[in-house]
Amino acid sequence: MAEMEKKTVNAMGDVCPVPLVKAKNAIAELAGSGKVEVLVDNEIAVQNLEKMAQQKGYGFLVKEKKEKEYHVEFTVSETEPAETEEKTVCLVPAAKKTKLVVLSADHMGEGAEELGKILMKSFLYALTQQDELPDTILCYNGGAKLTCEGSESLEDLKDLAARGVEILTCGTCLNFYGITEKLQVGSVTNMYDIVERMSSADRVIKP
Amino acid sequence: MEEEKIIFCKSGGCTAKLGAGVLEHILEKLPKGEKDPNLLVGYDSKDDASVYRLTDDLAMVQTLDFFPPVVEDPYTFGKIAAANALSDIYAMGGEVRTALNIVCFPEQMDLNVLGEIMRGGAEKVQEAGGSLSGGHSIADDSVKYGLSVTGTVHPDRIWQNNTGRVGDLLILTKPLGTGILCAAHRVGEENPGGFQKAVESMMTLNKYASETARKYNIHACTDVTGFSFLGHLHEMMESGVSCHIWADQIPVFPGAVEAAEEFLITAAGQRNRNHLEQHVIFKDIPFGMQEVLFDPQTSGGLLMAVDAVDAEKMQRKLLEQGIPAAIVGKITEPAGTEIYVTQSRKW
Repeated sequence: MAEMEKKTVNAMGDVCPVPLVKAKNAIAELAGSGKVEVLVDNEIAVQNLEKMAQQKGYGFLVKEKKEKEYHVEFTVSETEPAETEEKTVCLVPAAKKTKLVVLSADHMGEGAEELGKILMKSFLYALTQQDELPDTILCYNGGAKLTCEGSESLEDLKDLAARGVEILTCGTCLNFYGITEKLQVGSVTNMYDIVERMSSADRVIKP
Repeated sequence: MEEEKIIFCKSGGCTAKLGAGVLEHILEKLPKGEKDPNLLVGYDSKDDASVYRLTDDLAMVQTLDFFPPVVEDPYTFGKIAAANALSDIYAMGGEVRTALNIVCFPEQMDLNVLGEIMRGGAEKVQEAGGSLSGGHSIADDSVKYGLSVTGTVHPDRIWQNNTGRVGDLLILTKPLGTGILCAAHRVGEENPGGFQKAVESMMTLNKYASETARKYNIHACTDVTGFSFLGHLHEMMESGVSCHIWADQIPVFPGAVEAAEEFLITAAGQRNRNHLEQHVIFKDIPFGMQEVLFDPQTSGGLLMAVDAVDAEKMQRKLLEQGIPAAIVGKITEPAGTEIYVTQSRKW
């Protein structure tokens, strides 16, 4: 296999967007595929260059040489988005995924209601034992009873709330069942908010 | 006068601002002294200006802002720097009273250039209805200019930045993208129309938007500058509320998203991203628009939390005056993440 074409660009002392422009121009000059090494003197420039690699699907490798000298290498391949054998150093954290749990009844599943209530209780207990907690728990219709006085899951829900899970109960539902005053955990929400949250969540879990 | 271009600094305008993270670290360590009950807005908050109560119905608003050139033309730069400095008074709901020049200028440079910068600044102070009452200048190796401004406000009618309420709609009064368009201009890759519009906008005082808004129920207000739209929005959410932002409602200068997609982005923008990313969820927002939302603005618009009943009426009034105001989002109950950015308003 032929040696890959490699270009080196010196962007030491340059302020963004200049390093990006220099890198872009060098990549454009490659005959389709090859490597471009860019020298910059600050981490922010490295992060900006990495964003470019991510957007364009270039292979990206950063080797910090000295204190104020970073060598960044792009690998450009003609066909597929480049995949280098070298490990990509990830500086930009991935966007957080939102996980939403919807409780639409005080029991879990169809069938004997007594069983359904036991299942719901153990579902919420099991939820407290997960490593990755949901961001939000939404309760509506019969689910509104779970966050109120008399619910067998209050302790678990309070535990989740204390660990940063946002617990929201539908105000209309609390009103309908006459238990607005009995809410013990989390806060009240409305339909606008419920719809926004359900449609913007990355994952919706419905027991 | 011979046309002399200002020596172009590496990062002009509000892109030259220190990162918010660095500042917080230092500010929290400063000795605070005894609390003066008349200091209504000070270091404790991250507001736009400080407010000191003089009498029961009069408070003094103080701010200062200066930075390196964003454009080559000195007169235009003077106007932009002044509009930017004066804006903090308007963001607090106040009136401009006096202003002092802040000047850094190289000794060997043509003094006519400085004259042009200060002429631009003075015209803006005059337009604001204030008096230019002095200043201070030092010899420095690069040009910097701005103002220290004193204004007044009624102590009961101060617009703080973190007092928005659940259900308020968020109104933005200028398009976004000045940092990206100036960066593109600097490397000669701009879209000329977009850059010109950004320059016009940066020279425009927030006076008119502020005066109109005072007729409505404004619960909180800030101006969008170096920390970007999302950065200043984050300060607004400090009281513990959250918000939904509708990307397709946000006014953006022509060519800014495209320039960001071509990676004509700034270091300050990336610093903003690093500082704010944990507070923001982007739902299907393309890279270019994300960059615009993190883009440091110079002399940006007002961002106001407006009572939902008033928002549309106020927006219409602003639009009638030629102010490109848009309803860009809504304050919600506290949610898992502070700022949700979706592509559009669901209904």
